[in-house]
Amino acid sequence: MSELAIRVEDLSKLYKISHLANQRTVRDAVHHGMRLVWRRLRWNARPKREEFWALRDLNFEMKRGEVLGIIGRNGAGKSTLLKVLSRITEPTTGRITLRGRVASLLEVGTGFHPELSGRDNIYLNGAIHGLTRAEINRKFEQIVEFAEVTRFLDTPVKRYSSGMYVRLAFAVAAHLEPDILIVDEVLAVGDATFQKKCLGKIREVSTEEGRTVLFVSHNLSSVRQLCSRAILLEQGRLAFDGLPGAAIAAYTQQDRTKSDYKHIAGDGAVRITALRMPADGGAEAIASIFGEMRIEIHYEAKAAVGSLEFFILVYADDGECVAASFQTDSGARVAAGAETRSISVSFKNPFAPGRYMVSAGIFDAFRQFHDWVEFAESFEVSSGFADGRAFDQRLGRVSLEARWTP
Amino acid sequence: MEAHYWRDLWRYRELLGFLAWRDVKVRYQQTFLGVAWAVVQPITSVVIFWFVFGRLAKMPSGGEPYFIVVMVGQLAWQLFANTLGNVSGSLVGSAQLISKVYFPRLIVPLSSVLVALIDFLFVFAMYVIAALWTRTIPGIHALWLPAFMALALLLAVGSGLWLCALTVRFRDFRILVPFLLQIGVFATPVGYRTDYLTKWRDVLAFNPMTGVIDAFRWSLLGGGESFAWYSFGFSLGWAAFFVLSGIWYFRRTERTFADDI
Repeated sequence: MSELAIRVEDLSKLYKISHLANQRTVRDAVHHGMRLVWRRLRWNARPKREEFWALRDLNFEMKRGEVLGIIGRNGAGKSTLLKVLSRITEPTTGRITLRGRVASLLEVGTGFHPELSGRDNIYLNGAIHGLTRAEINRKFEQIVEFAEVTRFLDTPVKRYSSGMYVRLAFAVAAHLEPDILIVDEVLAVGDATFQKKCLGKIREVSTEEGRTVLFVSHNLSSVRQLCSRAILLEQGRLAFDGLPGAAIAAYTQQDRTKSDYKHIAGDGAVRITALRMPADGGAEAIASIFGEMRIEIHYEAKAAVGSLEFFILVYADDGECVAASFQTDSGARVAAGAETRSISVSFKNPFAPGRYMVSAGIFDAFRQFHDWVEFAESFEVSSGFADGRAFDQRLGRVSLEARWTP
Repeated sequence: MEAHYWRDLWRYRELLGFLAWRDVKVRYQQTFLGVAWAVVQPITSVVIFWFVFGRLAKMPSGGEPYFIVVMVGQLAWQLFANTLGNVSGSLVGSAQLISKVYFPRLIVPLSSVLVALIDFLFVFAMYVIAALWTRTIPGIHALWLPAFMALALLLAVGSGLWLCALTVRFRDFRILVPFLLQIGVFATPVGYRTDYLTKWRDVLAFNPMTGVIDAFRWSLLGGGESFAWYSFGFSLGWAAFFVLSGIWYFRRTERTFADDI
């Protein structure tokens, strides 16, 4: 079982952006060329070309049957790594050795044609991933059964619900029986039951069939459940390689910088510079139900401004805003000077297990926005209560901390 | 690496058929006339050329019905132009696929050749009907036709490979190709014969398609005229040049298609 499946040596991928990306037409290319000549003539220095290392000096190996989770922020190079490993694009430098057949599922329904029926699309999709007609015939029944689309086999895929669409796409990919399976964030789309089914399938593929799996996800809890090992990418470099729990810890500790934040409203007179969740004792932003939570909002004011009011919003994984807290709920306000400050909000976590995102904002005295950053921090609620009891699969997105009297 | 690529290409050969089958199936789905559309356009061109060159300009037909002369010219041109058009637009048309899945990229342009061949079959059927109608039955030379078809395809695929790879970087070629084909149909002896144009014959021979059309007419009209070796030699030369350089350029640029497309 300890055969080598993947070896990556000094892998780097360089993207040249700005100038080159804008040269979409010959006219631009000619124009650009003339400018280069002109600059040369004027003895100007080399033209500035913006370069961007999406991956930088990556080294790792994987053994057969390993399930590797790849985590990191947006733009850390996760998708680029998968693209390079699945041979969609070439690395700039470095070597990749892959033992066996590779199948990649980087997007749900790649190559599906909306006008074609489910049956036709199964064949088409199988062929795109390198299967022969005979191989698809052999797996056809299993695929249809897994996708639960038997009744709609001859309906054009454009009439499918998005759930059916995702199921069919994953079903084809899961039955490709590659030696190495590469999966990118595709499970984020289906409903909870199906996600579970997919995770089960991936586990089956790796443990029972001994296939190697690379798995990118923002869903940290599925990385922890599924993977035997995880790597953390940070600006294209390998920041951590080890057990999933430790990788997730390293990930949640990464300092978020303000350039990452999506400022979606406000005049910017006061800006949020960082949102932090210092977890008690442990390193991960993983909470238990009724566990203590604290969120720090760091902000800076450009000039002296009047009194401020802060708020936070908590979003569930599906994007629904499930809770809010406003500073005036507790009666307090902050008068802001021109120096950097911070404020923190504490509460007992009421949320059911899952992943949550936090947005935060600042109002002025008249509830006009100074700033509002969306999804600046995230945390996970583990499957357990603060007092050590395991989660009991109850309904409800929040658990009330209530008093029961006989 | 190189050998690996061609082995992969072989392994994915069924995808070639699947993509072509998808394109044909999708194209005629939800159309009222369906496959009839494959015939309407070339027949219209033939009628117009027959009228303009045969009736108005009264070009010599060499003893054959002028309609058939044009029909055979159109047969060759249609094969070339459709293939070139399909191949050069193929990569950009499959952008989504290329940026998300690996397979040998040559599959995409090659599958679009199959689609053009299917269209050709319909036009060929029209030719057969027209030939029977006018009693212009070809002789033994007709057996050479597949070889001349192959030459037309090689020319189209070779230049198409250049154009489709260039279109990935420069979308100008998307506009340029239909334009070139529009001019090409007049710069190529589709609507007239070259064997009576002694003055222009040598100039026209530089056009890669002239030799192919001459050869088509030699093969199907069977009027016993001599084979146009001069123009045919040019066509062969062009085909070799385009195919070899086209594959070279395609292979050189394909590794970054996913980044540029």
